[in-house]
Amino acid sequence: MNVNADVVGSRFAPNLRDSTSTARKSRDKIFLLVLWFATLCAVLTLFFLILTTLLKGAGRLNLSLVTNFPSPFPEDAGIQSAIFGSLWVVITSGFASLFIGLGSAIYLEEFANSTSRITRLITLNIQTLAGVPSIVFGILGLAFVARGWLGWGFSVGTASAVLTMMVLPVVVVSSREALKAVPPSLREGSYALGATKWQTIRKQVIPAAVPGIATGSILGVSRALGESAPLILLGALAYVSSNPSGFGSDYTVLPLIIMKFTQDAQDEFRAVGAAAIIVLLVLLVSLNLLAIVIRDRSRKSW
Amino acid sequence: MNSTLPEKHILQPSGLKLRQQRTEVVIKVLLAVIAASCVLITTGVVVALVRPTIDFFGEVGITEFLFTTDWFPLYEPPDFGVWPLVVGTFTVMLIAVIIAVPGGLFVAFFLSEYASPRTKRYLKPFLEILAGVPTVVFGFFALNFIAPNVARKIWVFSDVGFYSALAAGITVGLMILPMMTTLAEDAMAAVPRSLIDGAYALGATKRETCTGVIFPAGLSGIIAAGVIAMSRAIGETTIVLLAAGSTANFTFNAGEPMQTMSSFIGFAGLGDQPTDSTGYRTIFAVGSMLFIITFGLNMLSQRIVTRFREVYE
Repeated sequence: MNVNADVVGSRFAPNLRDSTSTARKSRDKIFLLVLWFATLCAVLTLFFLILTTLLKGAGRLNLSLVTNFPSPFPEDAGIQSAIFGSLWVVITSGFASLFIGLGSAIYLEEFANSTSRITRLITLNIQTLAGVPSIVFGILGLAFVARGWLGWGFSVGTASAVLTMMVLPVVVVSSREALKAVPPSLREGSYALGATKWQTIRKQVIPAAVPGIATGSILGVSRALGESAPLILLGALAYVSSNPSGFGSDYTVLPLIIMKFTQDAQDEFRAVGAAAIIVLLVLLVSLNLLAIVIRDRSRKSW
Repeated sequence: MNSTLPEKHILQPSGLKLRQQRTEVVIKVLLAVIAASCVLITTGVVVALVRPTIDFFGEVGITEFLFTTDWFPLYEPPDFGVWPLVVGTFTVMLIAVIIAVPGGLFVAFFLSEYASPRTKRYLKPFLEILAGVPTVVFGFFALNFIAPNVARKIWVFSDVGFYSALAAGITVGLMILPMMTTLAEDAMAAVPRSLIDGAYALGATKRETCTGVIFPAGLSGIIAAGVIAMSRAIGETTIVLLAAGSTANFTFNAGEPMQTMSSFIGFAGLGDQPTDSTGYRTIFAVGSMLFIITFGLNMLSQRIVTRFREVYE
């Protein structure tokens, strides 16, 4: 046995000598217990998070919550302007990031030489963007979009532009993956029939990659829907009592109205915030379900 | 439609073909411009930060910034000693990492070696949902659950108030945990199965395989994941802004309210500072620090992965 252990020379070899020892077994048990505990903590976090929200917000969860505007009276306070604000901002930034993200992905995957310096530069850039804290995008928006260069003020347009930039890395990366997964034989077949490069991309590659692209953009949209930090700097943390009517309108969004309510000194308002969280979570879960359905529906094997 | 095109192509290379060629070029250029605009965003971030930061340090001495310990940039008279923010950021990050890194590692061990496919099938979506919960909801959770039921109970060194760095740190840690789990799991999946099976064949238990084989073999990926977790914790704004209060205390007691670099930016942004004031430029100076630190950490993480990866077979 001794000899064996030396030959093995591995980290746990000394233990092989007393493989029946109770100490070893109890160490195994303790380790398993620690793993269970960690896993349980993760599961309990979600459980208590939902429970806390429901306990606090269920009482205010009724139709007037979504039809009313913010009000000085907690029993009348609603979140309609935030829901419409979120829809405006998320839908516009969703389309913008899809346009820019898919365009970049097509260029990088289909046109650019993958070893060229420009491709590497763009790829590195997108990696960098993905790691930038979201509040820094708020600073960017403050400096160039809201004030200074573009001067759009604290408006729907500003928020939409900033969220577009923030979500872009997600859309680019997932679109590239989706395009990469389309087999070359499909492209070659199209070329063989005389189609040009753009005809091939438009008629063959993109339709084949749609599920992957859609899943990626839905993930991007749900990030934009839940994002709060950059919009704090862009004037969204306010009680706004009208729905946006265009890109120049004042606005607030669901995460920010939740923050505003949560910070309120009166407990009744905080209950409205909790009810708004339920609305936000329902929206997010349905978006994610949609992504899962699209992914499963269109799973193709080449 | 498509089937008629090739014929025309070959037989009469005239107007249609010329138009097509032009379209091809236009589209290629258009897409290249779109792709280049991604670079513009990063450039924009840097440019947006650099100018006001230089102006800021023209007005506030770098010695005051680095060597004094009072941070009241928006008051009259203002104080610009950045240490309270640095200590606050570090405290919240440390608490978050202490929770997220071992926690994520343990859950990843559990998922990759212990859990049955059935358990995995139920557990994974749970973690995915947790990863998708917006930070503002975690902020609400920090104030309404973590602060009263967890932070106040476990902190034996002092009383814990409504706002504390501790509650913020714990919550940030729980928020990062799913991401850490995914990254650690990826690192573990890169360890060749033959190595793990070899350990089992030699009579190692699951624990011994985890700690003696999988952990050291996947260490570079795990450390890289830990560095990413640090960077995420430092950049988190909303949870800290909600749960840790808005006073930049210079203290090492996590039971007290604190301000981090990112939560200061959020706080200062609320006050709607006049564009041409030192207070406004403070946002950019602190933003630069935050950007440099998180950028450095992300680069470090990538370096660790490429430099120290153990390559098998």
